[in-house]
Amino acid sequence: MTDLGIAIDPSVEAGGRGAFRMFLRNKAAVAGLVVFTFIVLVTIFGPPIYGVEAHKMAAGPFLGPGDDAGPLLGTDYLGRDILAGVITGGRTTLFVAAVAGAMAMGLGLVVGSLAGYFGGWIDALLMRFTEIFQAMPSLLFSLVLIYLMGPGTWKETLAIGLTLWALPARLTRAEFLRVREMEFVKASRAIGSSDLRIMTRTILPNAMPPLLVAATLLVVIAILFHAGLAFLGMVDINTISWGSIMGKNRGYTLTAWWTVAFPGIAIVITGLSIALVGDGLQDAFNPKLRGR
Amino acid sequence: MIALARSIGIRLGQAIGLLLAVVVIVFLMIQIAPGDAALYLAGEQGVGDAEFLAKIRADYGLDQPLLVQLGTYVGNVAQLDLGESTYFSQPVLGLILDRLVATALLAGAALLFSVTIGVALGVFTARRPESPASHGVTVMSLVGFATPVFWLALMFIVVFAAKWGILPVGGIEDVRYEGGWFGETIDMLQHLVLPAISLGIIYLAIYSRLARASMLEVLESDYIRTARAKGAHERVVVYKHALRNGIIPVVTAAGLQIGNLLSGALLVEFVFAWPGIGRLMITSIFRRDSPMVVGIVIFSAAMVIIANLLTDLVYRLIDPRIRVGGSR
Repeated sequence: MTDLGIAIDPSVEAGGRGAFRMFLRNKAAVAGLVVFTFIVLVTIFGPPIYGVEAHKMAAGPFLGPGDDAGPLLGTDYLGRDILAGVITGGRTTLFVAAVAGAMAMGLGLVVGSLAGYFGGWIDALLMRFTEIFQAMPSLLFSLVLIYLMGPGTWKETLAIGLTLWALPARLTRAEFLRVREMEFVKASRAIGSSDLRIMTRTILPNAMPPLLVAATLLVVIAILFHAGLAFLGMVDINTISWGSIMGKNRGYTLTAWWTVAFPGIAIVITGLSIALVGDGLQDAFNPKLRGR
Repeated sequence: MIALARSIGIRLGQAIGLLLAVVVIVFLMIQIAPGDAALYLAGEQGVGDAEFLAKIRADYGLDQPLLVQLGTYVGNVAQLDLGESTYFSQPVLGLILDRLVATALLAGAALLFSVTIGVALGVFTARRPESPASHGVTVMSLVGFATPVFWLALMFIVVFAAKWGILPVGGIEDVRYEGGWFGETIDMLQHLVLPAISLGIIYLAIYSRLARASMLEVLESDYIRTARAKGAHERVVVYKHALRNGIIPVVTAAGLQIGNLLSGALLVEFVFAWPGIGRLMITSIFRRDSPMVVGIVIFSAAMVIIANLLTDLVYRLIDPRIRVGGSR
């Protein structure tokens, strides 16, 4: 049997394709996508191509960017190559951000869809539970989780993912509440679809646009969180990341600004490219709000 | 009026319930975490035999059932007793309150900066939606959203404190300074400028865009057309009629962002050696001072809950439509 719920609503197909075309027309969003793809490729293939070990002494210490004796972006207090650090460090930062973002999104989807679909006491209970996590300042909460679990890449990912799910949960709930009352959902229920089928096949595709936009925002927030935690020295000290380069060189900011400046610029460019994609998606899905 | 009082009462009850839930969750988290408090305390005193461990368990109530321990803890928190810091050997709450002014000053200054400038920028650009300034707000808000606040703080130090030397590098006062209260206030404000702007600029990016979007929407509405049609001066239309409605989303966002503001303040305090609660949190983690860490989390959650409650009240005051209904 074809999924009647989707078939009844022709605007979804057309809307999806139209939105895609709309997105491609948005120069800033496409530029963001291109830059982000480039950054991902650099972090994957860059280290073997560049060939300099990020942990090892490459030249004399405190060589500035453009110094003839040193590498392109200079060296830190131990003579480590900053460019190698930025290329290699992106791996950890992007990996943690992507997994933590997906984790938060998944948790939020489950909690939000259950609350929005069933309503009543389930909704009340789940939303009160969500509020508890929203009341704790998220970075503080991440810090406490790492304090309790100890450092390590997976634990850091978990600590970030567990603090960021409230936002997608509330959003999913709102979308489910909105879509739940639509005609095609009633139709799907009338032909005897199970709750799970209605939730995943009928409502979810129609609730997807704002959730996709939220997912891009979550990844940016996760990048910033991991950078903050690494900067504070709360992560595995043997793993190199954008935040950890800045954290280790913090004491030398005044003598060697480049050691802190470049990893930070990498974060800003990455975050901006993802945010531009998110912004483009938002405009494409909801042309009425364009430019706001 | 009675309906208003009643809805405020309900919100107050919800807030207290929420805080209680936070305390329970934090308590359970500590219990689930690996490690034995009695072993740790015994280790600190250099004694490890079973008899001494049993004595510690009895002294601290660690031999009680979990529910009894939870009850005791909640009871203590309700009496504003957050325990004693293992590092300072002083009550946790007192240590937090000692640093509250510094954090409140930083967060308050950042909030004031971001909301006032953000709303001004939003109103300015909403009246000229296609101007370069208007697109500038969009770009700036995305850049601000993607910028790590601690990195911005460090870059400000490099430029304003180290290179140009016009503002202090960190701390809250110049210890060499000797003078009257007026001079000391000026000195402290000088120390406040960079931390507050680093923190505020991130939120400025968010609020300016939000204010512009909200003003754009309001300026298109029917009652604004009516106000213009009856010949009201444009300035009156924008600042009296439109701003009152346009500012609501900004106030709401600012209130709901207090938790994030505290998170940002934590990093900024660390960079500028600002003697606030955030810096205390980080140093307490390095000292493994658990009562302090837990106390700060509960205290911050209380701050967030109070801020949300106040936002709700302010919201009702500026928007009569939601004064009674109250549900969002």
